[in-house]
Amino acid sequence: MNKPVLRAEGLELSFSGVKAADNVNLEVREGEFLAIIGSNGSGKTTFLNMCTGYLRPESGKVYLGDAAITGMAPRRIARRGIARAFQIPQLFTDQTLLTNVMLAIASRRGIFQGLRRLDRTAYIDEAHELLALFSLEDHAETIAGTLPEGLRKLADITLALALNPRLLLLDEPTSGVSALERFTLMEKLMAALKARQMTALFVEHDMEIVTRYADRVVVWDAGRIIAEGDPKQVLRDPQVIERVVGAV
Amino acid sequence: MLQSLLPLLIDGLANAALIFFVAVGLTLVFSVLRILNVAHGSFYSIGAYGAATLGLWLVSAGANPWLSYPALLLSAVFVAALFGPAIERTLIRWTYGKGEAVQILVTFGLFLILEDLQRMVFGVQSLYQDTPMTLLGITQIGNVVYLNYQILLIVLAVLVLVGLRLLIKHTRMGRLLAAVVADREVSEAMGIDTDRMYMIAFSIGVFLAALGGALATPTTGVAPGLGAETMVLAFAVAAIGGLGQIEGAAIASVIVATAKVLAVYFVPALDSVAPYLVMLLVLMVRPQGLFGVAETRRV
Amino acid sequence: MSRLLVLFAAAAVLALLILPAAMPSSQFIMTIAIAKGFAALGVALLLRGGLISIGHAMYFAIGAYATAFMMKFGVLADLALLLIGSTLVTAVCGLVFGTFLVRFRAIFFAMLNLAVSMVLFALLSKLYGLTGGTDGMRVATPAVFGLELDKAAFDDILYYVCVGLLVAIGLLIRAYLKSPLGYALMSIHTNEIRLEYLGVSAWSVTLIAYTISAALAGLGGAMAALTIGHVLPEYAYWTESGHLVLTAVLGGIGGVAGPFIGSVFLEAVHVLAVDVAADAWNMILGAALLAVIFFLPHGLHGLLEKRAEPRKSQGVVE
Repeated sequence: MNKPVLRAEGLELSFSGVKAADNVNLEVREGEFLAIIGSNGSGKTTFLNMCTGYLRPESGKVYLGDAAITGMAPRRIARRGIARAFQIPQLFTDQTLLTNVMLAIASRRGIFQGLRRLDRTAYIDEAHELLALFSLEDHAETIAGTLPEGLRKLADITLALALNPRLLLLDEPTSGVSALERFTLMEKLMAALKARQMTALFVEHDMEIVTRYADRVVVWDAGRIIAEGDPKQVLRDPQVIERVVGAV
Repeated sequence: MLQSLLPLLIDGLANAALIFFVAVGLTLVFSVLRILNVAHGSFYSIGAYGAATLGLWLVSAGANPWLSYPALLLSAVFVAALFGPAIERTLIRWTYGKGEAVQILVTFGLFLILEDLQRMVFGVQSLYQDTPMTLLGITQIGNVVYLNYQILLIVLAVLVLVGLRLLIKHTRMGRLLAAVVADREVSEAMGIDTDRMYMIAFSIGVFLAALGGALATPTTGVAPGLGAETMVLAFAVAAIGGLGQIEGAAIASVIVATAKVLAVYFVPALDSVAPYLVMLLVLMVRPQGLFGVAETRRV
Repeated sequence: MSRLLVLFAAAAVLALLILPAAMPSSQFIMTIAIAKGFAALGVALLLRGGLISIGHAMYFAIGAYATAFMMKFGVLADLALLLIGSTLVTAVCGLVFGTFLVRFRAIFFAMLNLAVSMVLFALLSKLYGLTGGTDGMRVATPAVFGLELDKAAFDDILYYVCVGLLVAIGLLIRAYLKSPLGYALMSIHTNEIRLEYLGVSAWSVTLIAYTISAALAGLGGAMAALTIGHVLPEYAYWTESGHLVLTAVLGGIGGVAGPFIGSVFLEAVHVLAVDVAADAWNMILGAALLAVIFFLPHGLHGLLEKRAEPRKSQGVVE
């Protein structure tokens, strides 16, 4: 078995009495594509928020490799190699898509570069390459905030990929994307991950996508992990069908 | 010891009362409209000028001096009626949904206009009209002497605090206001006339600021520049209590006034700076204020 | 930069250079306009990050008083050293206040800046022994590279120094805005969360911008102190801050030239309107601010820019 990239131990967090994380223990292994499923409000996004420092768990620890990152600020965790794509796309809405990606590249290289221009050839070229991953080249000069929802979602993933992270967290990458385009998106995403040998964890509602692409699946219910393992087996589990699959 | 503390206490509470009127208006408007009105302090000074002018006119007309009390209230009502609906309907309404930068700039522009307007109407000299204060006289218990007017201020502040709470809890309009505060989109979907709620809340805010100014004239008088100072002081109090928190504003008024009174007695040089120091301290530890609720954006 | 804009900029600089010869009476006003333009540029810089400082006149005042004190005590009493020294002093003040202030956004940022500026105003007015209280301080005419000059000759030199600095610093700020750090500053306005998730500290980005903006205002203040020859607590008063905000918004925050355009325009109006509107200047400022926000969200500079670079112009109002 591969060693874990990310390890969560006994995470606990509740919001006004409701448990959003109830003794969560989870490992993300090197090179795998791990899916998280569960009904709305079961604590999936909260888990991502705790892993990236947006929320601090009341108890428990998060490790990236061997280093404890519990409660670090999001920017420090990002610098250590966890990138995140959001359920609601988080873009620099009044800048062009190209500028968005160049800013992500510049952030990876270190934002303090004196008075060197952001739009230098090296960055422009790399940004175009990244935009090409999801066929966004034609929209390079579009103001990000004016893009349709589906494309903003892709742009958001592109920004996360631009950081070239050790671990990529994707919060419902296919939500807001039309049913027809979901599989195209996933094919492109998988190709990009493979090419970079990147580990990724994704929250997903579409069971077909989970079965087809995930190496492993973790099932969430009321802040707890109730099942995990091979997608085909886990999704046949009656308890999972009752609590999660049926509810979606 | 007690004898020296009592006047200090009354001084502090009377001070707190005056600050509370403005701060609670500011915080009320913020909680309903989600706008911090930078021109709020101007309504305080306009209320003060109105009350002083009216009071002086009554004196010169040889009217019954007891009429100077309704004159204070009349001034506040007049300012609220004149400015409240008109400004909310035009300038403020235009900024809804426009982003905080625009709201700050627009209310700041209004602030600049109102400052000069006061100079034009009331001149640049300071006005002083203390009939309401002298009429009530003083009370002497042993060596302790205090102004009865100070007691009146404290009582009025408590009445306003309780009144606001009752208004919100037990009247139809208050419940509608509370609904708008809780969730404006749902309120709108439920058919609540939010536009009207905004206008009412804004006008109450103007009234409270003007009332604070009117009640302050007998003790401190009124001079140009008062609006800006009051605005920053009211903001300090509202921020310490937590923006949008009515009881928070009340407690913060007492804290700030206490700090001010202590400074006057022990470190006079820090007198005018004391409120800001308290604000800086509080915000360093709790950026959302003592009773404010921290808002986290959902991602 | 489009060719049209380069042309405009070159024409503007040329006009500034020949103006004193063509219209000697305008030189003093133009020096003041450039000085306030620097301060307004500082305000505009923060506006790019969505941050409104309604207390920025305090840094203008700090720069001016720094110059006054250095002249009074004969420290660094030479034009170049005074300008550099005052700018550095103000930058340090900006850095110190900034460490606390840039944690805040929106209305908190605006009001806390106002609060600090009012404390400074109170101190400048009250500490009579140190600052001369409400009488302010006289600023003698300094030497220029060791050369003792009379006031008129000094003012000539100061004017051209101001124009030179306008060009040089304008270009530096332009480069800063085009650098990753400049774009990061704009991102503070649009999506701070994404910025943090890219591994960038929003606090550092804003603190750097804040320090630069304070330094710009301080430089402007030093220029004003030298040409006026006197400093007053009123430099720090909140109406002055309002003036700076209007200047920035009026000129437009999309480019470096905007605040200077706004400043020249406002000074000209001030001179022309001084007879009719001596008592109503704040009212005019306020009304103009509202008018600009309602009708000209990209400022005067936006009018130029809209034709030249339609997609990149940035206004306060989206």
